[in-house]
Amino acid sequence: MTDQTSIAPQTVNAGDIKTAIEALKQQFPDWVQDDTRQGYSGVLVDRNHLVEVARTMRDQYGFDYLSSATAVDYLGVEDSMEMVYHAYRTSGGPALVFKAQTPREGAEIPSLIDVWPGADFQEREAYDLYGITFRGHPNLKRILLWEGFDGHPMRKDWKEPYYEEEHKPFDSRWPKGYVRRAEELNAFGKNVKYPADLDLSRLNDTSEEALYSGMGLGVDVEKLTADEKLKTDRLVVNLGPHHPSTHGVFRMIVTLNGETIESLEPVMGYLHRNHEQIGERNSWLANIPYTDRLDYISSMGNNHGYVLAVEQLLAMGNRYQAPTYRAEVIRVLMVELNRLVNHYWAIGFLLNDLGAFFTPSLYAIAEREKILDFFEAVAGSRMMCNYMRFQGVYKDLPERIRGVANLVNDQVRDFNTMDYLTELINERLPRSIDELDFFLTDSEIIKARTIGVGYLPPEMAIAYSCAGPLLRASGVPYDVRRADPYSIYPELDFDVAVRYHGDIYDRYLIRLDEMRESVRILKQILPRLERTQGEDFFAGNKSIYMPRVPLGEAYGRVENPKGELGYYVVSQGDPKGPQNPWRYHVRAPSFINLTPLGQMCKGQKVADVVAILGSIDIVLGETDR
Amino acid sequence: MSDLSMRELHDTEFPIPVEMQENLAITSLSKIYNWSRRSSMWPMLFGLACCAIEMIATAASRYDLARFGMEVMRASPRQSDLMIVSGTVTKKMVVPIVRLYNQMPEPKYVLAMGACASGGGPFKEGYHVVSGIDQYVPVDVYVPGCPPTPQALMYGLVSLQKKIDGQSLANMDDVPWYGVGPSDPVPIPILGPEIIDPRQMELIRVQAERAARGESYGVRELPAAVLEDVSKRTEAAAGAAVAVAAAPVVTDAAAEAERIGRRMEALERKRARDAKLQQGS
Ligand code: SF4
Repeated sequence: MTDQTSIAPQTVNAGDIKTAIEALKQQFPDWVQDDTRQGYSGVLVDRNHLVEVARTMRDQYGFDYLSSATAVDYLGVEDSMEMVYHAYRTSGGPALVFKAQTPREGAEIPSLIDVWPGADFQEREAYDLYGITFRGHPNLKRILLWEGFDGHPMRKDWKEPYYEEEHKPFDSRWPKGYVRRAEELNAFGKNVKYPADLDLSRLNDTSEEALYSGMGLGVDVEKLTADEKLKTDRLVVNLGPHHPSTHGVFRMIVTLNGETIESLEPVMGYLHRNHEQIGERNSWLANIPYTDRLDYISSMGNNHGYVLAVEQLLAMGNRYQAPTYRAEVIRVLMVELNRLVNHYWAIGFLLNDLGAFFTPSLYAIAEREKILDFFEAVAGSRMMCNYMRFQGVYKDLPERIRGVANLVNDQVRDFNTMDYLTELINERLPRSIDELDFFLTDSEIIKARTIGVGYLPPEMAIAYSCAGPLLRASGVPYDVRRADPYSIYPELDFDVAVRYHGDIYDRYLIRLDEMRESVRILKQILPRLERTQGEDFFAGNKSIYMPRVPLGEAYGRVENPKGELGYYVVSQGDPKGPQNPWRYHVRAPSFINLTPLGQMCKGQKVADVVAILGSIDIVLGETDR
Repeated sequence: MSDLSMRELHDTEFPIPVEMQENLAITSLSKIYNWSRRSSMWPMLFGLACCAIEMIATAASRYDLARFGMEVMRASPRQSDLMIVSGTVTKKMVVPIVRLYNQMPEPKYVLAMGACASGGGPFKEGYHVVSGIDQYVPVDVYVPGCPPTPQALMYGLVSLQKKIDGQSLANMDDVPWYGVGPSDPVPIPILGPEIIDPRQMELIRVQAERAARGESYGVRELPAAVLEDVSKRTEAAAGAAVAVAAAPVVTDAAAEAERIGRRMEALERKRARDAKLQQGS
């Protein structure tokens, strides 16, 4: 088995998209044009008619799922900004890419929220970070930064306080090695930069007021409940950002009528670590460890999406070699193990959210440690694996798994890798999944708390661009591994798990289903591992992990445990100069899956909010990036 | 650890008969205070980022934090002794963190877990990241790593226990809560156009005036001598890494003086009270 069997990314069904594009161009000859820039695909749409064209795409051509919407600033290349949209059909197939351009000054683009409500948060993010106004967006507030922040940081002419240069490695570090700590050059000794016209007399924190405005809190409750027997109070409850449900620093502002939720507004950005901006300063290769820290429970999956995206770009050049078969096998092995880790975690902590404090999660994450031991032995770290490389993986599986550093204490940990994996996959994992199933699925309390709660109908799930278990538990059998296959998934035998009730209980069940499917995949991976033993795990030249990236754009996506994880990368600028991504955007499932949270919670009791949140399964590293 | 035997607790020169040594100890107040405190550290249950996952793993069955008396994670700052800052501190999040810190009753400790909480970590240069929580609240123990392994976190916690063992009632300057009165709360940062630390108001004013005059502001020039020295050494070392000696960090001298002044006043008051009590008796 060699390279021939590995499948080039996104070649399936491409003809179909061409037909759709041709038809669109015929229908709107003045508004829709081909994107003819080198290495780009899709169409450019006149921004004044964007909504109309988008509606046609959705209704006539069946692109009912807006996967990603993001902005790019082409300062210095074209002096314009543009919004890039990737729309898919839920029946499967590749993306229809379309873009709308706007001048940088007074940037404005019509909002697509009426066509695809899933654009809501993504447009707010583009407004926050790029300063693009979306005409028609009902709630255009900052989403990651606080209201009142000075400037729009992802614009190419905005400089962060610790700014050194556009490209890494910085001159101060390499090759001269003149290292300085950034704080020392800042007058405040901190990561801050005040605008020149800072008005000291008017310094007050308005970020909270701005948050609460527009929530309709001024309603006269007396009147509202005048004809009801049971008088209730309207109450605004703030949950988070520090709170005991284990989902990180997420905040919700809930308006209650009695105990019933009237509206819920998610507030995020408490872990906004500027992933994308740092990513645009980093070299292509140096972004891989950063992707680990997106969804920090499933770092392997994050690596996978990123390398797929960049490999698409590399494939446009001529020095590219597709990853070897062994590399693909190892990648799938890692990713599926990671899916198990994630779902163990999700189920354990969903139970936490339901009030079964810590006991179920202790059981759930016990087996996780076994998988992490394997990751540690292979990649060197338990959580932040930094394992995949363009055109392959970083290392082959080791012969034995053992604690090298502390052998005296760790005599129990010394296994043959294949034996360890075989036992893990054939016995331990299925057993522990069955155990969870046995203890939890029929529990009366769980059923009472979860069945029918947090209902998300399928049409809404699609419209809101939900992905992953959240989408599939609502009865939409959409799984990127099947809908738009990558790696060696086409030759593997597994089913797309789907459940139909769209409530918390089904979201719990579907995770169990998916774990079983993952084990099924892993069982097919084991013989492939044996067979390819000793083959090459890296296709390129090992002395340079990083070949030059040709100009162009690419969107690589994988089915991560939390949903569809996509990376939109653009290579631009000087083709001979330092190589950095011009744009590096992460389509984070945790972020977009939160869009319907308000809708799902409306009318529910306040005690269920945390459980509904838990059933979506978010990770803040990815939500806020 | 809770299995401290009576013999270890014995901290005075009074002899105790051998047969009673398992049951009786005569000890100092400091020792018993420290012993009970370090054996029942209650961390605050809150996680910030990736490091929090390893913190949970540390508390879970394999590593089992309960062995150190630290498994009782409290969701409320009012009930916790230890704040484990487990992850990246962002500008938006530092406001609640400082607020939580102020709400913790004394004695309180802070452990910075991971590279991010200690100094910004991999995300340090980001515009929304605070370069280490110690810029806002005092930190007792730093645990390096990204993320620190559970073993490393436990080592950090054990180090904290050692630190507590060394604190003394007799030395008031040692820790604020053995001194007089509660210590001052940390001023809450303001989210203006950029995060504003109220302790730096004076500095900000000076820089804003410079900006108004059209001068360069917000940057600190390294002294010319240092720069020259660096370039000389860089050339000499031909590419070897040279670190510039840290310029002294400017603090707000006025506020500092005022704080110390208040401290001294309180100390005076206490001395006077003690003296009066002695006279009375
Ligand atoms: S130190 Fe590393 S693991 Fe910890 S929060 Fe920062 S990035 Fe995440």
